[in-house]
Parts: sequence; structure tokens; C-alpha cells
Amino acid sequence: MPEQLIWGMEVFLNGLMAGVLYALVALGFVLIFKASGIFNYAQGVMALFAALTLVGIMEGQVPFSHLINAVFGTEIHHFGWHVPAFLAIVFTMVVMIALAWAVNKFIFRHLVNQEPIILFMATIGLAYFLEGVGDIMWGSDIKKLDVGLPQGINLAIDEVTYNLFDYGFFIDNLDLWATLVAALLVIGLVIFAQYTKQGRAMRAVADDHQAALSVGISLNFIWVMVWSLAGFVALVAGIMWGTKSGVQFSLSLIALKALPVLMLGGFTSIPGAIVGGLIIGVGEKIFEFIMSSDALAGQWFGFTISATENWFAYVLALLFLVFRPQGLFGEKIIERV
Amino acid sequence: MLDTNEAYTTEDGRRIGEVVMEMKNITLRFGGVVAIKDISFDIREGEIRAIIGPNGAGKSSMLNVISGFYNPQQGEVWYKGKKRPQMKPYQVARQGIARTFQNIALFEGMTVLDNVMTGRFRQMNTSLWAQAIWKGPAEREEVANREAVEKIIDFLEIQHIRKTPVGRLPYGLKKRVELARALAAEPSILLLDEPMAGMNVEEKEDMSRFILDLNDEFGSTIALIEHDMGVVMDLSDRVVVMDYGKKIGDGTPDEVRKNQAVIDAYLGVAHD
Repeated sequence: MPEQLIWGMEVFLNGLMAGVLYALVALGFVLIFKASGIFNYAQGVMALFAALTLVGIMEGQVPFSHLINAVFGTEIHHFGWHVPAFLAIVFTMVVMIALAWAVNKFIFRHLVNQEPIILFMATIGLAYFLEGVGDIMWGSDIKKLDVGLPQGINLAIDEVTYNLFDYGFFIDNLDLWATLVAALLVIGLVIFAQYTKQGRAMRAVADDHQAALSVGISLNFIWVMVWSLAGFVALVAGIMWGTKSGVQFSLSLIALKALPVLMLGGFTSIPGAIVGGLIIGVGEKIFEFIMSSDALAGQWFGFTISATENWFAYVLALLFLVFRPQGLFGEKIIERV
Repeated sequence: MLDTNEAYTTEDGRRIGEVVMEMKNITLRFGGVVAIKDISFDIREGEIRAIIGPNGAGKSSMLNVISGFYNPQQGEVWYKGKKRPQMKPYQVARQGIARTFQNIALFEGMTVLDNVMTGRFRQMNTSLWAQAIWKGPAEREEVANREAVEKIIDFLEIQHIRKTPVGRLPYGLKKRVELARALAAEPSILLLDEPMAGMNVEEKEDMSRFILDLNDEFGSTIALIEHDMGVVMDLSDRVVVMDYGKKIGDGTPDEVRKNQAVIDAYLGVAHD
């Protein structure tokens, strides 16, 4: 039994790390939802698009090369240069800001004061459009992303735990980095929202358009800023997921895992997104560990089940919807009659 | 006595300055409906200027023209001696025209303090980088803004609810918070859209006192819309009377009270 406990601890830690990655995606959702009331279905695709662009720039890929080759009968694929990771990240961020500007200019400016469901539909359209553009621009093959983040087992943790328990924990260096980056990102965003002029303006716009205008806040500026921030968060998430499992189009599906995270954490809370992500990450890993183990579930219940990770998060979210619909940290829904 | 454009002092010793805003032949249409028809009037520095009229007279539309929420089809808006080009509401606000709304527009999820702080948006000028570093200009600015805001909160007697989310406040206090936010901008002109609508007698008296004190102590220029004739006549220096989008009277409360067109509009005479 102590053996199971030690394994359980390792599973717990790995669950935390997985949760951080969920939280990163959820964070992008919260930002846009908070500031504009738009549930941005395209957040996952934005992460994919950012990762694709980053790889493309680093490798010196020619954008739209397939299209160009097909039209002009040329044979171009790469410029033949390599861009250092840091510079490529800066360029990618510029692309994400341009995207934010375009999204506001061509879509959401024209949908001001529309029903939330209409805005939501628009983001679904945006998601498929962006996925298509990503495909045409950079190709659909799975790409390797390496921005120099350390990967593989963390030997220090392995050694310490081996000395303690006679069993070395496997913790990936990349996951540790992701945790660190996510923590910095959240602290930064919270400070930004609470104490800066633009952060206050962002919360103000989220609350009441007319009132925001009357104190001199430009709605368009705030919207572009928020989508840029979401683009930045998407880029960070894209880097982490892309490094972990390669840049592939299934990346856009991780957005779906952010949904239960948001239901737990609340759609309007930045810390909530993080805590929700961690709970989902740990919950599904521990649940899988217990339910698939002969020594635990097998003895307790007389049966084992596996592949629970696919649905556990959603069941948990469902429970939350019944008992605490605003999430753990969401703003209370106060309505005066 | 008010035809000249020179500064003068009122009987109770307040200084009324030069014309700060002038509306010239404003016409505003919504499709076929004419909300404002060829109206001109001015607002002087340091005065309390009221716009009154029956329901649907176009008072709120007028306020929306001044604050840039509506753009008139015809006419000119002159502000501080310059013709104002077409502007977005946020640009008008940055020029120093603050307003409140008839149906209260506050940031419900934020505390009273945060609400009033957003009113200082115009006074926050440090760059994002300076704010990121925080020490130095950004911190000094934040402290200065906080001091100004605390003064206003004191003045309007809402200290006890500083940290309360606005969504939880009763109506009368919300109105006061909205006034505080508008004041925080240190506006050249303060526009109040029915500041006393829906209030009980006591709340109305409080609000009247605040408006008078503001004008008296800080020399604020105030333009307000109000339904309650008694209140308007007591508060204001000059009154514009509107009816069906047209101006039917303009002058001191006494002049307006004697104006036959105004009496007709309020008591009801068949319009032909």
C-alpha cells in the first residue's frame, strides 16, 4: 500500500503540471470574456496559430508556399535562414497583435451590442477561418518546436525522491518551466488588471460601455489590447504544448479541455482559471490512477476502469454547474428586481 | 442683463465667467424624427445651467450632443472659443466634459473607490512602462490621484461605502457615486442627466446641496436636466426650456417663469 501512496504522489505532481497547461489556455478565455463578454471559442486555435507561426518564422518557412507553388509553378519552401527563438517570439507577437487588430476591425466592431450567442458564433467562425489560414500559410504537417526550453526528466527531483522513498519521481523539466511561466504570467496579469490605468480601463469596459466612454476610455483600443493579451497568452500556451507534443492541428482541441476548467474556476476570474486548471489536472490524473489500479479500485470496488481522463473533467464540471454555477471564484450573480 | 459676454458676479457673490460652451443652431434627426430643431444656447463658466422641458422634449438628446454621444446633422458646437470637430464620446470626455446618466451607468462589479478612480482616467498619463516599473512617476501619479479621489469621496459623504461593490448599493447612493466619478475628472463642464430622478425628498435635498456646494466651493460649471421644476428654479442661474425639440425659453428662472410659451407647454395648450 505505501507503494501506491508514493506512486499517487508522483501522479499528483504530474497532475499539477498538466493542470498548469490547461490553465494557460483557460487564461486566454477569461481575459477576453472578462473584458468583452465574448466567449472566444477560437482561443485554442489562436494557440495553434501562434505556435505554427513561431515554428514557421524560426525555420524560415515561406508563408503560403503551397499556394504560391501551385499558382506560379515554383518550388519554394524555405528562405534558407534560421531565426533565433527570442527574435521569432517577438515577431510572432507582432503577428498576434496584428491579428487582434484585424479581429476587432473586421468582426467585433460590427457586432457591438449583439447577443452573446451571436458573438459566440462569430468566434466559432473565426476558429475555423484561422485554422484554415494556418493550414494554407504553414502547411499541415506535424512540426517540432524547440525554443531552447529544457526537456526530459528532472534529475534533481529524481535523486531526492529516490533517496527519500527508494523510488525516483519522473517530473519533466518542461512542465516545471511551464509552471514557472504560468505563475509569472498570472501575477503579471493580476497586477496589470488591478493597478494600471489600462487594466482599470479594461475592467471598466467589461462592466459598462457607456460609462467607460464617459470617462474617456476608447473601447476599440481596449478591445484590441485585450485580444493582443489573449494572443500573448495563446502564444505562451502554444509554445508549451507545441514543445511537449509537437505543433499539430489537434492542438486546437485542447481548447475544449479549458471549458471544464472555466466552469470550475469561473469565467471571470484569472486566479480561478489557474486553480480550476490545477484541480482538473490533478483530479483526472488521480482518478485515472485509482480507477485503473488493481490494488486500489480492484480491491475496493471489485472492478477497474481506464481511459477516464477523457470524460472525468466534464463530469466534474457538470457537478459544479449544479451546485455552484458561477464557479469557485466567479463573480456572484447579483440581480435586483 | 445676460446678453453681454463679459464676466460678472452674482448677488450671492459667485463669479460667472465667459462663455465656455456654445451650441449654434443644432439640429438632430433620427431618421424622420426631429429630436432637436435649430437650437442655440451657451453655457458660461461657473454657472448652473438647467435644461428643462416636458417628456420627449429632447433634453437628453441635447446632453448627448454636448457629450459627443450623438452627432448633430446641422449646427456647430463651440468649446473654449474653438469650433469642435466631430468627435467620439471618449475624445469629448478627454477634453474635460464629464457626465452622469439618466439610468445610472456605473461599473457595478467594481468598488466605489475603483469607480471613482476610473474617473481620473484623464489625469493618468504615465506610460505602461513607467507603470510596470512602478517606483517613480507612476507611484507619484497614483498617490496624487488617490488623494484627489479621497477628497471627492469625503465631499460627497460616501466614505463609509468606499470598499463596497457598487452593485450592492441602493439607488440614491449609486447616483452619488456616479456624480463622484464625474467630478473626479475635474471637468470644465459637468453634465448631469436628471440627477434627482427617482429620489425621495430627503435624497433630493442632499443632491441639491451637493450641486450647490460644488458650484460654490469649486466653481464648477454645471449643466443639468431636471424634471422637478421647484428644484430647477432654486438651483440654476439660467434655464433653457425645450418643447418638442424646439427652444421656447431661455433666461433666469424668473424670466422663464413669466414666459407665456413656457407656461403653455407645462400647463398644456393645443399644439397646432
